[in-house]
Amino acid sequence: MLNKKKLNKRLVLPKAAEAIIRPILFTSALTAVFVIVLIAFFIFQKGWPVISSYGLWNMLSGTVWQPTKEIYGILPMLTGTFYITLIALLIGIPFGLATAIYLSEIAPPRTAGIIRPAIELLAAIPSVIYGLFGIVVINTFMRYLQRGLLSGILPPDYQLGYSVLSGGIVLAIMILPTIINIAEDSLKAVPRAYKEAALALGSTHIQTIFRVLIPAAKSGIVSAIVLAMGRSIGETMALIMVIGNVTALPQHGLLSVFAPSSSLTATIALEMGYAGPQHQAALFAVGIVLFCIIALLNSFVIAFTRRGGQQQL
Amino acid sequence: MMTRPKGKERFIYLFLVFSGYATLTILCVIMGYIFLKGIGHVSLDFLTQSPRKMGAEGGIFPVIVGTLYFVALTVLIAAPIGVGAAIYLNEYTREGTITKIIRFGTELLAGIPSIIFGLFGYAFFVVLLGDFTQGWSLLSGALTATCMVLPTIVRTSEEALKSVPRALREASLALGATKWQTIYKIVLPTGLPGILTGIILGIGRAIGETAALLLTLGGSLLLPQSIFHGTRTLSMHLYMVAMETGNMDAAFATGVILIIIVLLINFTANYLIKKLINRNSTAAIRR
Amino acid sequence: MPDNNNIKVFAEKLNLYYGHTQALKDINICIKEKEITALIGPSGCGKSTFLRTLNRMNDLIPFVTTAGTLLIDNQDINKPDVDVVALRKKVGMVFQSPNPFPMSIFENVAYGPKIHGIKDKDELSYLVLKSLKEAALWDEVKDQLNKSALSLSGGQQQRLCIARVLAVEPEILLMDEPTSALDPISTLRIEELLQELKKQFTIVIVTHNMQQAARVSHVTGFFLTGELLEYDLTENIFTKPQHKKTEDYITGRFG
Repeated sequence: MLNKKKLNKRLVLPKAAEAIIRPILFTSALTAVFVIVLIAFFIFQKGWPVISSYGLWNMLSGTVWQPTKEIYGILPMLTGTFYITLIALLIGIPFGLATAIYLSEIAPPRTAGIIRPAIELLAAIPSVIYGLFGIVVINTFMRYLQRGLLSGILPPDYQLGYSVLSGGIVLAIMILPTIINIAEDSLKAVPRAYKEAALALGSTHIQTIFRVLIPAAKSGIVSAIVLAMGRSIGETMALIMVIGNVTALPQHGLLSVFAPSSSLTATIALEMGYAGPQHQAALFAVGIVLFCIIALLNSFVIAFTRRGGQQQL
Repeated sequence: MMTRPKGKERFIYLFLVFSGYATLTILCVIMGYIFLKGIGHVSLDFLTQSPRKMGAEGGIFPVIVGTLYFVALTVLIAAPIGVGAAIYLNEYTREGTITKIIRFGTELLAGIPSIIFGLFGYAFFVVLLGDFTQGWSLLSGALTATCMVLPTIVRTSEEALKSVPRALREASLALGATKWQTIYKIVLPTGLPGILTGIILGIGRAIGETAALLLTLGGSLLLPQSIFHGTRTLSMHLYMVAMETGNMDAAFATGVILIIIVLLINFTANYLIKKLINRNSTAAIRR
Repeated sequence: MPDNNNIKVFAEKLNLYYGHTQALKDINICIKEKEITALIGPSGCGKSTFLRTLNRMNDLIPFVTTAGTLLIDNQDINKPDVDVVALRKKVGMVFQSPNPFPMSIFENVAYGPKIHGIKDKDELSYLVLKSLKEAALWDEVKDQLNKSALSLSGGQQQRLCIARVLAVEPEILLMDEPTSALDPISTLRIEELLQELKKQFTIVIVTHNMQQAARVSHVTGFFLTGELLEYDLTENIFTKPQHKKTEDYITGRFG
């Protein structure tokens, strides 16, 4: 049928392809690492001069942000980011974990089959949609609350609707899918035998969930929370739209949740549009702070889940 | 399932059930609200006319075109790189230091906030490579978005490749196929639905993105003439219209279009995943 | 042992290691052309590993090292300059469970010739027809060549996999428990098929099924813990085994 010479000739092409394909694929695989290095390089290259001349501590502890006058205190944005994230986690964690438990332990398959796609959709909705919903619904509601029930105790500039609390609520919704998906996966990964052993000892289903399943799924749940934290620290658009973007340190203790605020991300996104060269450099310096926080959180999660023996985040 | 708990446990049980339904309700409320407020302003004119007064009036035609160009360009750049990376990780190497570094980098990249991508894209693609990309342009935006969607495509494609049974690879190799022939003719076609899912999820992320694009894509309302011109996507348009013109009706109408796109994307992705699972009947692929 | 004429496969002091674990110990074997050789032995004894050294499929497993001589047609196939692709074309393999590609019946059979560079439609059709006939599948599928291979029954799928191998015109056929996933009737059909195929091919079959080995092969090798303990004409192995352990195994006392 085929003589050998003919065949050998035909085999040359696939072999040549084999030789060039490997380096091409290797380069593709390295792209992600390359991009990470580039990101770090450019952010630091542009922002580091400001940090080194202004002083890292001065920057982190400075309460005044007036880049046009070369005053670069980012404490107001840091506290803004911190409070908003805290509120988001306080609301998001209980509801997220409860939903994860509901889905993995209680929900009948048909109900779970409706809720799971809903969570996927929730994850897929663009931030600007959350932002739009936030301004029109949550901020309006907040304004009623601030000007009605709480008008007596709130200063006038805390009655605008734009507030830390609105930002926290919007973010709580946005981090739900992250928490639910990862927590549910880790709950499901708990060996069935644990659960059966606990039930066989006469524990109720709820006791089993809280004393056996949750402790066994701990590492996954911690990653879920840390990733959610990263997501809320990094969120930009939804926050810009609902928090009012006022770079001032809140002054009124617990009532500060009703204060308009700013965040690291929102400041960068808003001011890059009109900033001059020096101001831009300062915003890159803010970017460095943000980048470091996120890189730390994520490295923690990656290392933590590796050790816990889980492959997928 | 379970017997109804009593006393304090009943309260916890109810909270768990309530949370499950609350998530569903939140989704319905947000989507329903945007839809109801916006659908009345969506018309053929809105879709086919150019905007007036910074988008406060008129339609969104150039924005739709700009979004399509942007997504197409992003996929064109990101898909080959992402799928190539997945093939390398899954087929061409064994787990070792290099794969660890690559996976670590990919996971880290997935967690970087979009505004950081924006800063990077601005400094690198817009400013440093400005002579090539023409500053704020479709190209700068798409390159930035490529960096963002890469982890999604790599991860999902890798899952898809993993789901291709080993027996098929062995059969092909045993017939004397080279490695690349096996991948190209057997592994990729078999894992295709999963790979497409990854690309579609990447598209979803690119469409929803705003912050990074504000710093790289420009924001022009003109119909883009080439990849070296600026444009804006639907998400950017929604933000700019809502925050800069204050015309909420136009913002809601844009929101409706965005939500419809997101729904389409999700249904397609789910459909493809089901197809992949049916075909390979292996472990489910989840995001 | 057999005389030196028409020796197809020759191994001398063949050793194989998975990392530090030795999986094959000093295998000496001589397989003659156009005969059926059966390899039997308990699970993990090394018979499949040996089979997979013959077409270098063990290359796919990390940290495998081999030592010793392994000649096919008097060429050492473990030398670094050996063209593995050409080797695998010459030494075809049928796997334990049927593994047709998720494509049409025609495409499955045409896959091998295509990757080896045959583009001509008529040539391909001819090869598909010939291979399906040789694999005794033609009559059952001739009207549905464009249907998915996955729509066939298990036994048909396995014969399709055999046809797929035949289409690349190999000289040796390796079969790794080819009937273990099949029902008795399909098994019988494949055994009949083997008797036809041995006229053209040298066949090495790994099997767990002692009756199968006795039914189909001329020569049988008994593997135990990585060693080829006994290697002789099939009738000798099954009627007057030299080793106690061989006897124990074939009479079903262990394994």
